[in-house]
Amino acid sequence: MKKQKTADFGQEHSRELHHNLFETLSEEIIFTILDFLGDNPLDKKSFSLVCKCFYSIEASHRRALRPLRTEHLPKILSRYPNTVRLDLTLCPRVTDTSLAAISSSSCGPSLRSIDLSRSRFFTAGGLSRLASECVNLTEIDLSNATGLRDPGAAALAGARNLERLWLGRCKLITDMGIGCIAVGCRRLKLLSLKWCLGVGDLGVGLVAVKCCELRTLDLSYLPISNKCLPSILKLPYLEDLVLEGCFGIDDDSLSTLKHGCKSLKALDISSCQNISHLGLSSIVSSIEGLQQLTLAHGSPVTAPLAASLKKLVMLHSIKLDGCSVTCSGLKAIGSYCVSLGELSLSKCSGVTDEAFSFLVTRQKQLKKLDITCCRQITDISLAHITSSCTGLTSLKMESCSQVLKEAFVLIGQRCHFLEELDLTDNEVDDEGLKSIGRCSRLTVLKLGICLNITNEGLSHIGRSCSKLVELDLYRSSGIAESGIVAIAQGCPSLEMINTSYCYGITDNVLVSLSKCTKLHTLECRACPHITSLGLAMITIGCKQLTKLDLKKCNKIDDAGMISLAHFSQNLRHINLSYTSVTDLGLLSLASISCLQSMTILHLKGLTLSGLAAALLACGGLAKVKLHASFKSYLPQTLLEHLQARGCVFHWRNKPFQVKKLKVKKITQVYR
Amino acid sequence: MEDLKMDDEEALCAETWLRPSSGNSIRQPNQPSFTNFTLSNDQPEWEDPSLLDYGVRIGTSFSKYSFAPDQDGQSLQSNNSNSKRGEVNQQINEVLKIGKAQDWDPRAMLNNLSFLEQKIHQLQDLVHLIVSRKDQILQQSDELAMQQQQLITADLTSIIVQLISTAGSLLPSVKHNLTGPTAMAIGKHRHISEILCNSGLGLDATNISESHGMGPNVANQVEPTGDTAPSHHPLDEPELKEEDDADEGENLPPGSYEILQLEKEEILAPHTHFCTICGKGFKRDANLRMHMRGHGDEYKTPEALAKPNKGNSSEAMLLKRYSCPFAGCKRNKDHKKFQPLKTILCVKNHYKRTHCDKSYICSRCNTKKFSVIADLKTHEKHCGKDKWLCSCGTTFSRKDKLFGHIALFQGHTPAIPLEESRGVEGLLEQGETTGGEKNRIDQSINFSFNTESHNGSRVQNIMDMKGSIDDPSSYLSPINYDSFNEFSRAAFDDPDGGFSFLIPGSCNYGQKNGGQSCYSDL
Repeated sequence: MKKQKTADFGQEHSRELHHNLFETLSEEIIFTILDFLGDNPLDKKSFSLVCKCFYSIEASHRRALRPLRTEHLPKILSRYPNTVRLDLTLCPRVTDTSLAAISSSSCGPSLRSIDLSRSRFFTAGGLSRLASECVNLTEIDLSNATGLRDPGAAALAGARNLERLWLGRCKLITDMGIGCIAVGCRRLKLLSLKWCLGVGDLGVGLVAVKCCELRTLDLSYLPISNKCLPSILKLPYLEDLVLEGCFGIDDDSLSTLKHGCKSLKALDISSCQNISHLGLSSIVSSIEGLQQLTLAHGSPVTAPLAASLKKLVMLHSIKLDGCSVTCSGLKAIGSYCVSLGELSLSKCSGVTDEAFSFLVTRQKQLKKLDITCCRQITDISLAHITSSCTGLTSLKMESCSQVLKEAFVLIGQRCHFLEELDLTDNEVDDEGLKSIGRCSRLTVLKLGICLNITNEGLSHIGRSCSKLVELDLYRSSGIAESGIVAIAQGCPSLEMINTSYCYGITDNVLVSLSKCTKLHTLECRACPHITSLGLAMITIGCKQLTKLDLKKCNKIDDAGMISLAHFSQNLRHINLSYTSVTDLGLLSLASISCLQSMTILHLKGLTLSGLAAALLACGGLAKVKLHASFKSYLPQTLLEHLQARGCVFHWRNKPFQVKKLKVKKITQVYR
Repeated sequence: MEDLKMDDEEALCAETWLRPSSGNSIRQPNQPSFTNFTLSNDQPEWEDPSLLDYGVRIGTSFSKYSFAPDQDGQSLQSNNSNSKRGEVNQQINEVLKIGKAQDWDPRAMLNNLSFLEQKIHQLQDLVHLIVSRKDQILQQSDELAMQQQQLITADLTSIIVQLISTAGSLLPSVKHNLTGPTAMAIGKHRHISEILCNSGLGLDATNISESHGMGPNVANQVEPTGDTAPSHHPLDEPELKEEDDADEGENLPPGSYEILQLEKEEILAPHTHFCTICGKGFKRDANLRMHMRGHGDEYKTPEALAKPNKGNSSEAMLLKRYSCPFAGCKRNKDHKKFQPLKTILCVKNHYKRTHCDKSYICSRCNTKKFSVIADLKTHEKHCGKDKWLCSCGTTFSRKDKLFGHIALFQGHTPAIPLEESRGVEGLLEQGETTGGEKNRIDQSINFSFNTESHNGSRVQNIMDMKGSIDDPSSYLSPINYDSFNEFSRAAFDDPDGGFSFLIPGSCNYGQKNGGQSCYSDL
């Protein structure tokens, strides 16, 4: 069919094609070329605009679609007949008509995956049609469908080949609906019922009885008790079980479990306040193949609890976030666990140098370590970490404020494999950064609220860490122009940068950052010196820009918006609070068809009619933050119209804050 | 409506009491021949334990009886059949009056026992006489034989009434007796038949002369009562009785339980407590006590209003279990795999549910029938609501039953009513209308299923309901007789445990329930 089509084209436009070098290439080769045009959707667009031949080849190559407007769905789907994956996250309003269009389109039967997690306004009828006509559908994401009731779930049950289903926050679905899904979708491998508060033991029990192929089951925050546990653990292939926040499960119920689940690899029993080490030991004794265990916000980590982990020879990862930890508990983990690759003690209280050092010296295989907010830890621990765990790839140590600045040198000296380093709110200084520069694989570096670092230290990073993707300099007020310029020059693959409250940032910084063509997130909140000119440079250079935070950059005005509207067609989130943007600038943003979220508080130049016009013009808006005073002034019908389009309003009533006062406050706090 | 019915039954009871009077003429000529005083072996055996066990409580229970001594004594004297007996009886009553103050008097007990002994001897002689005249009796009319039988049972009843009153009451409901002659008789009758197995209904011998004048009336009414009483051949009666007594004796190893069997009339009687003054009947003694206040100041004292024997009820009692009078029933003590019933309420509910017509029909669905009105009320609470449907058309009253069903059968799936019908149901749940609700919900069910499956669902529903009712565990649960009400049972039946908060309208559940149980008490 496709070939015939191209052949037709060839006859009609033989003269054109005669000079076309691509004529010699087979379709397969062009497909392979197209495979490499992955990142920027505009590239593919350009490709398809070359000629009719390319247009049709590109159309038949496209497998995944993420449409912006549901109105065009019939056209898009007929243009891209081989669509397998349909992502509707950019369409806040998806009605039954849209779903009917999808079902009846030519790609309906071949469609395998559909994402409706950000969409609303569809009902059971549309889902029913989708389930019955898209027979090959294996994946549906219906998270956040808070209005979906049991009839909707029953409609889903018609999708017999469904393998992956997300129903997070579908609070109105009850056991009956889940029962329908359990009976209808027997091939389910993944099921997420997080926050489905209407689903209880009976529904989950039936799922466990009927869907024998389940691999992943998320039951977070469900009001379930011990009654459904035995049948869940009987699932022969279950690998990942999440029981976060299931308060109904307690020690008594776990102690009665006789048979374990041999296939289980990951278990999350975070926030299960009624499970102590007794319950843990009884459940753990039946799951010997466990590799990942998450016990965050649970019972205190004591020696008996750690001893119960002794049986888990395969255990690779433990997350104890937010638990209170005893010395003996930590030491027991160190001595009982055979080889931990990942350990998270984020926000644990009671982590002391002595116990932690003991643990770290025993667990030399550690790759990922999270000691965020373990405030008792000093440089002694850091010395032990760096000396024994040289293979670390990820180290998160936000707010370990007792670690002296000299100690950070050790990180660079010993841990050369680091890819992710979080030093937010630490004493690290330029010497430390210079040393950290040796970690050439670094991709994520967070240096927020590091008041000791300056441009000089950051320049070292820029010179040596060329793979850097994400850099956070939030409120690191010692950083100014030259540091970030060095980063921009040395790290071409930079995608995210946060320079909020770095008051020294100027347009030059933006000009240099515009060289980072992959940049998609730029947060430069409260940088008073940057102007629309710098922003224009960014928009021209960084076509991928999706998120832009310009709050309190009061020199940014309509000119910047016009260049944004012209060049940044991928922009989705923008924060323009406290800037000098007026009606004109806001209205011009309407030409960005992707724009979904706007925060526009305290825009002095904004009038009511301008705002109304801009809101009407931005067709894809899903979320708008506005000052509460507009609520009463904007016409009710306009608001209703926008809400019907899928837009959600967040009304804020913050008083206007004078910028200079804020600066003083911040400097008082951090100096 | 119900009141009328109760009155009828009450009259029936009274009549059965009057029946033996027709045997009076036979009895009197026999009396002089009462010469052979030999104790039967069985009687003391089953007297003793109860006497010993309840000795402590005699004082208070006797005080109840002591309301009636004058009347009793008068009737005995006017009878003239045995003046000595009347004296003894008076003597006892005097002793009992003392006993009220002294709590427990061994001498009074001794008096009682000797009196009982006398009576037993008399009865024994009578039976001997009947046996000796067996041949003649065979030729006699059936009516005469029947009268003889009734005479004997009446005497036996009398003895046992005395015995019981000596031993104290066996039941919590019996602890307060009534003084008026009729009510007294009925009250006694209640205690007696619990012990008398398969015995006919009888009247205290002392009342015979009083009721003598009513003979013709009674004769007319013999038939219905004869129907209800187990019909034994008059000649077999004494032997059978002994057998039964022997059975009970055997079934009383120390520490084991005691089997009591109420009669059918007993079980079906609407009231168990009667006002001695005006004859009004009550289901609960507490209500009677409240009622008694209207009859004079002497009933308003704290002692008269207090719950009798409250302190003693916790003391060690011989375990009592109950037998169903229906022959062949598993709950009947003659059954091979006899399973006793725990309380009188269990007996009543069991008998009504299993051996009686289901006369209460649900006004909403017009399908379900119940013999116990409380069951109807429980059903009515859920009727029309909480229909758990399966795709196969089966309906369930409980969600877990539905899910069990679905887990068991391949291809069955929960059936969710369409959006419209759901809305209607929701409205109805809020509206609490009774009349139109049934029809509209039926419509909503029909809306999603064809009529055939609807019929099937009804049948299944009945079966399901029956299953849940017959479940012995829910009724043999250790609920105290006094504290038993429907509310506690409804709590067990709550279909979806912890999730009631998700169901709109479930908040008024308890309130509604409480109100209904109050009504059923009256």
